[in-house]
Amino acid sequence: MMSSNFRSWPLFLLLAVLSLPLVTMYVYLFVDTITDTTAGSLIPDRFTLHHWRFLWEEPETGRVSIWTVTLNTFIFATCTTLVNVTASVTAGYALSRLNMPFKRFFLGGILTLHAFPTITLIISIFLILQMIGLYNTLLGVILVKTALELPLGIWIMKGFFDTVPWEIEMAGLQDGASRFTVWRKLVVPQVQPGIAALAVFIFLSAWSEFIIPQVLAPSGSAQVLSTYLSNLIFDDMKPDFNMFKSVGVFYALPVILIYLIFNRKLMNIYGGGTKG
Amino acid sequence: MRISIENFTKTFGDTTVIRDMSLEIESGEMLALLGPSGCGKSTTLFAICGIHRMNGGRLLFGDADVTRVSSQNRNVGVVFQNYALYPHMNVFDNIAFPLKVRKDSRAEIDRQVQEIAELVHIGELLKRRPAQLSGGQQQRVALARALVRKPDILLLDEPLANLDAKLRLEMRSEIRRIQLATGITAVLVTHDQVEAMSMCDRIALMDEGRIVQLSAPRDMYDNPSTDFVAGFLGNPPIAFLEGSADGDGLRLANSGVTLPAPADITLPEGGAPMRFGIRPEFFQPENELKVEGRISFVETQGREELYDVTLENGAVLRSIQSQGAGHRLGDKVTWGIARDRILAFGPDGSRL
Repeated sequence: MMSSNFRSWPLFLLLAVLSLPLVTMYVYLFVDTITDTTAGSLIPDRFTLHHWRFLWEEPETGRVSIWTVTLNTFIFATCTTLVNVTASVTAGYALSRLNMPFKRFFLGGILTLHAFPTITLIISIFLILQMIGLYNTLLGVILVKTALELPLGIWIMKGFFDTVPWEIEMAGLQDGASRFTVWRKLVVPQVQPGIAALAVFIFLSAWSEFIIPQVLAPSGSAQVLSTYLSNLIFDDMKPDFNMFKSVGVFYALPVILIYLIFNRKLMNIYGGGTKG
Repeated sequence: MRISIENFTKTFGDTTVIRDMSLEIESGEMLALLGPSGCGKSTTLFAICGIHRMNGGRLLFGDADVTRVSSQNRNVGVVFQNYALYPHMNVFDNIAFPLKVRKDSRAEIDRQVQEIAELVHIGELLKRRPAQLSGGQQQRVALARALVRKPDILLLDEPLANLDAKLRLEMRSEIRRIQLATGITAVLVTHDQVEAMSMCDRIALMDEGRIVQLSAPRDMYDNPSTDFVAGFLGNPPIAFLEGSADGDGLRLANSGVTLPAPADITLPEGGAPMRFGIRPEFFQPENELKVEGRISFVETQGREELYDVTLENGAVLRSIQSQGAGHRLGDKVTWGIARDRILAFGPDGSRL
């Protein structure tokens, strides 16, 4: 890759120096979760699993087990992804191909919705959820998160559908297939990279969502990992920072894993919908 | 199966692309819709297969009126310009798709795909993906897919436009061979007159949404009905001499030279503008009707050489001659026109 008339080591050196603070932080984040350090020292001196006790110890009264919370987060992220992808794939196709009235208006409207910062809507959403009885439930959080992510999903899928040649659909119709069969058997497979990318994207976004669960499902059985993490810091009279870090690492692990597995697919979405 | 298009009209928004067009295509015939881009030839093709709805007129396959029948129920096979193969399926699944949609049995699908693959010579490629095929092979797959469910009609939309020159030559005869072998009624859309002439029984030459002339290739070349037809057919193209009627000949514009017209035509009134069309093969050194000019362009085409000869009034004639005559750029030459092969056109462009 590197051409011979370009020396790469000065660049690497610069990057190494610039990223040193970040690397240090990550290293300490991990090291601190499995060690104890004498106050005033920077070097950890004792190995311990004490900070990970939340994984196996019974939760204190009034607290929820980490496993319930993890399951909640998983359900939250998975449901949001499923609903979102299903709606985006159908809506994106309709907006890309079907001859429907008010298409431009609709597209513009979706974009405007996406431009709204979540925080400006949160009070009205809170009131609505409370009125219909979905406050402090997982379902409520799923619906709100899905609705807020949907504009992006629809636009991305529309972009992918736009790149599928018309002729493929014409050929399908000519081969005797119905419009729906053409969509399912011929068009959707063409946008598979887009669907995968969108799914990963929404999943990660839901997994790391904090503000919506914090406001709309702050306590009790509907907690997700992000709110659990923040409760850990706020509730305690004597905060255990190392345990806080351990929960943080535990929370981030799936994200890192998903990035490692799917980073190629994610590139698709940022690359603007061309198949690679 | 016979196709009749009656008074076909097609509009897109406010633009009328085709107005009141009628065309009969005989059963088993291969017909070319030939014309420059934007003349409505592809629109006509898509109306036949049902992708475009007709705004006026009727379409009959045999005796059945299919004007309102959906694409799926017309039983028409189409080969698209970019082949439109399904990229996520291998060649077998591509060809089998129309049969799977029809819910044929597995054994039946297998048998039919094998049979058609043999016909178009892609029997050994069935496991490959479209991306792993060359242009010519993709073309064959597209043909096989269009033909596999035994359609009544085969439509080809610029099927050779995406191939390189050598493959184009090969596929030209291949498509014709397959059409003759299946005996299917076929319509070919093309802007390339050589394709139209070499592959088809008849040519419908279109311009601005109308059929200008409908004839067999030889006849269209020898007897064009207008100067547009004469200019469209022939490679290298015909050369036109502008002028006005003068007695029984054409007086060239800005010149004292008068060329006699072919014997059997009647010229318009004296002074009316008209033009002569002279094909390059009929402007040769040995012909009798001499004109004088200077060679202004020489193009070597291998077996032959093409000369542009600029006459003293600025008009340009083309001559195509066997290689080796040794004429050079700038040479003054006196070559002759074959008088009885002159095509004379009146003021409105129609043949005299």
